[in-house]
Amino acid sequence: MPGYLAYFVRRLGQFALVVFIGVNIAFFVTHATPIDPVEQTISAATSFGSTSPEAIAQMRQSLRELYGLQGGLLEQYAVFWKRVAVFDFGPSLSAFPTPVSVLIGRALPWTIGLLFVSTVLAWVLGNLLGGLAGYYRNSRLLRLAGVLVMGFHPIPYYIVAFVLLILFGYVWPVLPISGGSQMNLAQGFDFRFIVSVLQHAILPALSLVLVGIGGWFMGMRALVSNIVTEDYVTYAELGGVNRPRILLSYVMRNALAPQITGLAMSLGGIFNGAIITEQVFGYPGIGSLLVDAVHAGDYSLVLGVTSVSIVAVSAAVLLVDLLYPLLDPRVKVH
Amino acid sequence: MLRRNREFVIGVTLLTIVLAIAASSIFAPYPSNDTFVVPPDVPPSWAYPLGTTSRGQDVYWQLSAAIRNTLLFGFTVALISRCLSLAIGLTAGYLGGFIDRVLMSINDTFIVIPLFPILVLFYFVMRDHMSWFLLALVMACLGWSYDARLIRSVALSLRAREFTDTARFSGMTTTQILLREHLPYVLPIVFSTTMNNINWSIGLEVTLSVLGFTNIDTPTIGVMIYWANQHTAMVAGIWWWIAFPVGLVAITFIGLFLLAVSMNEYIDPRSRLSRLRT
Repeated sequence: MPGYLAYFVRRLGQFALVVFIGVNIAFFVTHATPIDPVEQTISAATSFGSTSPEAIAQMRQSLRELYGLQGGLLEQYAVFWKRVAVFDFGPSLSAFPTPVSVLIGRALPWTIGLLFVSTVLAWVLGNLLGGLAGYYRNSRLLRLAGVLVMGFHPIPYYIVAFVLLILFGYVWPVLPISGGSQMNLAQGFDFRFIVSVLQHAILPALSLVLVGIGGWFMGMRALVSNIVTEDYVTYAELGGVNRPRILLSYVMRNALAPQITGLAMSLGGIFNGAIITEQVFGYPGIGSLLVDAVHAGDYSLVLGVTSVSIVAVSAAVLLVDLLYPLLDPRVKVH
Repeated sequence: MLRRNREFVIGVTLLTIVLAIAASSIFAPYPSNDTFVVPPDVPPSWAYPLGTTSRGQDVYWQLSAAIRNTLLFGFTVALISRCLSLAIGLTAGYLGGFIDRVLMSINDTFIVIPLFPILVLFYFVMRDHMSWFLLALVMACLGWSYDARLIRSVALSLRAREFTDTARFSGMTTTQILLREHLPYVLPIVFSTTMNNINWSIGLEVTLSVLGFTNIDTPTIGVMIYWANQHTAMVAGIWWWIAFPVGLVAITFIGLFLLAVSMNEYIDPRSRLSRLRT
């Protein structure tokens, strides 16, 4: 099927462009600023007691090498790309000598598990509720649900998370409020560990879903209430097709296309959410790693996390885009 | 509009309250960065209506300075990013073809790129040189993409209208057509997206500040919460230090959000009609 192939190639091109621009921004940000990370690290390292000038010069040399900052700007640019391509950002300074890639590899499953699942969950729930609310307009229950869901939408995420933390952590302490799993459990695929992981994920996931659901709800409701007025829906109703079926396969399937594009876009926000969520709930993911790295002044780790998140997000978007034609056959013809 | 639209009235009322609090900061009895000018940790009372912080500041004056800076920040980001998205959206929509495709590819890239790690990276490199305006500039450069796409889609339909042809045949240049003919059509949409953009930028600023990733010498709502967290205000029972900024920023959010929603309805006649019907 040549249509799908052309689509595939175009999407792949977009993926490459996102990675390219993202990495360029990261390079630009780190190099166009007047502050030299090498000097910063040196001044942090030498702030306690005096160090001989030779030692400092040596330190400067090895730090430049470590950070890939020796040579001209073009050379640095090439080194930067090479590092991104092979995911090798050297050893982390704050957790010396563990390589940055190992630290990221350890944190990434937590972030993807929590953030990806709750983003998709919010999307599914929001669309389902929104579709119902757009179709059964006079239902009191659905209207109430709409008001609730939309009330949460404009509140900043941080505040919702904080309130949940206080409610379930102090006022009614039923759920663990911090960490990814119970401390003393060995990580493995046994029943107790999985239950513990799930328990720890409830609060952060709940906060993410509560805040995320509103946007999808509103979008879906607007789309559905537009489609419901189309003639073919009226025809189906008069023809006696049962209503759940009209809603699901006649109305919602048509409304789903723009929502899927929206999902692909919101995947980019996963890492935004990760930092706050993980910070508030002490979750051992990529966001916590980034914040700790910033506080510890760990240049390679910060750069590594940023680059990995750019690549990971664009890969996720690519995946959604490639699944898109399965739902919307019109794409093939385009 | 005032009578029919409840959301609009509530939104305007909330924002007026917020603006009044922000405006009152010019009457502040002392500069907002001074510490230990009043007795610390006093709960809300007649002398200090919203209490005082552990750093010896009156919560009310601190709050009014903070909300003023936060709002200014939001307006600055919105203004700069509006200019960008208008320029790119109108150009792409009017010119079409190759330029449109290139611009929209870049646009889509900016939509999916994870902003937060980049902003954190930016803070990490700038450290103490991070200023309020610099952050606004960076955020504006990263936050124009979504609305540019919206503006482009409107511009696309405007291009097919007759008056565009008339303007072109009467010898107007591309810039003139974009600025004089197309811009007025797009402005209402821009206005409502501005609200959302302000919300977005304030939310990001609060988040960054709460983590301490901005210039913490300029009081904003986020910085205020940051200091409260630094002094473990919640555990120490000084709830008024956290509750009031959080409440005020929530009011701002809801106000701007309602305003955007009601404007959208006003601009889009279809949803207005369906509203009248039900």
